[in-house]
Amino acid sequence: MAEYTLTTPLTDADVAPLRAGDVVFITGTIYTARDAAHKRLMALIDEGQPLPFELQGSIVYYVGPSPAPPGRPIGAAGPTTSYRMDTYAPRLHALGQKASIGKGKRSDAVKAALKEHTAVYFGATGGAGALLSKCITAARIIAFDDLGPEAIRELTVENFPVLVINDSVGGELYAVPDRKAAGLE
Amino acid sequence: MRTIKAADIVPKVAEMIRHASIHLPDDVKRAFKDCMAAEDSPAAKEIFRQLLENSDMAEATGLPLCQDCGLAVFFVDVGEDVVVQGSLKDAVTRGMVLGYQEGFLRKSSCDPMTRANTGDNTPAIIHFDFVPGDRIRIAFMAKGGGSENMSRVTMLSPAQGWEGIKRFVVERVAEAGPNPCPPTMIGVGIGGTFERAPILAKRSLMRHLDEKHPDPKIAALEDELLTAINKLGIGPMGLGGKTTCLGVKIEMAPCHLASLPLAVNVQCHSIRHEEVVI
Ligand code: SF4
Repeated sequence: MAEYTLTTPLTDADVAPLRAGDVVFITGTIYTARDAAHKRLMALIDEGQPLPFELQGSIVYYVGPSPAPPGRPIGAAGPTTSYRMDTYAPRLHALGQKASIGKGKRSDAVKAALKEHTAVYFGATGGAGALLSKCITAARIIAFDDLGPEAIRELTVENFPVLVINDSVGGELYAVPDRKAAGLE
Repeated sequence: MRTIKAADIVPKVAEMIRHASIHLPDDVKRAFKDCMAAEDSPAAKEIFRQLLENSDMAEATGLPLCQDCGLAVFFVDVGEDVVVQGSLKDAVTRGMVLGYQEGFLRKSSCDPMTRANTGDNTPAIIHFDFVPGDRIRIAFMAKGGGSENMSRVTMLSPAQGWEGIKRFVVERVAEAGPNPCPPTMIGVGIGGTFERAPILAKRSLMRHLDEKHPDPKIAALEDELLTAINKLGIGPMGLGGKTTCLGVKIEMAPCHLASLPLAVNVQCHSIRHEEVVI
């Protein structure tokens, strides 16, 4: 298990060596989007409209932060469950998105898209919202303000810690449940 | 008869919500420390270290433990010798709105079809019950979506019995894998009717981790399920390890002779529950 420090935007050369289990510290700009924002991104793409941020080399963080208290750039900001974005992710990877950050399993279609477009799926520690907010130094809403916690935000991050869960060569970190030991088989 | 003013209930509910969203219960912190020591894998240990650091960070900064501050679920037990001056339901709801507002907690309640956010986390999900006495007990739980989505209810046939129950519960946890932010706590509701079983399952999660079921037979079943679930090896955050689940809680109720309703409510490691007695 290697350790990397990566700066956004990501290139194929950044992503290709990453393997499931590697620890990565991200510095730079990442974009937040979850269910409702993804749906609107798809509509913009369908209509041929410009997107609120540059997809090429981007990292999309699946998060709906809690409101920022006075004096802080953002509230708690841990990952949300990723599978709800599975229907949208392959299309975004085809358009240049290099990584997503979330928690939980991805579909086979997403894993195939990671291979095809040299992209990765990062996991951040679910529920560690207070801890992760420490690595976010600035945040501003750049689209879909009306969606509240689901609006697209541009986050400036410093050494944001993630694990490679699915890499670009088919590797996966999650444990396969031992059904036999648990008496299911 | 004791009279309680509804207006006096509002700040108590608000304060309870703010506190619960920031402070992980002591028994959960203890469990994290014990599990961290018991794990062999460095990744599993590291997750517990992060969860403990997250809890310290939340206490130090006042930020909520998790950005998903949940839908607000309440179990309100009203003493039969209490008269409430004003609306109890409104008081709990107003306290909830205030708590989420003042605590900078995320409002996650939305219209199921348009997905438009209600803006203030309303409606609160309130389960009322009547009990003997002259007090009101208000128990609060912040129920996040990630773990709630992994919950299920089913109607088994009576012949499936305990083996069927055990299989269904363990299978649910296996399928959920890393999604509900393990290590989890699993609430199981057995019996009642189609709608009662999940309420039992959720209510069981109000018990603390070290609070055994008063009936030793049911307590033994809880242990049996916990052992089976942890053999799955899903581990903290799904990275593998000994701790998939911190505790299993079961509540039972009599059911129809033709039925065996069963509900599994999955609770993530961010176990935010508290109660206030008025
Ligand atoms: S499952 Fe729990 S810990 Fe994980 S993101 Fe949801 S509320 Fe937070």
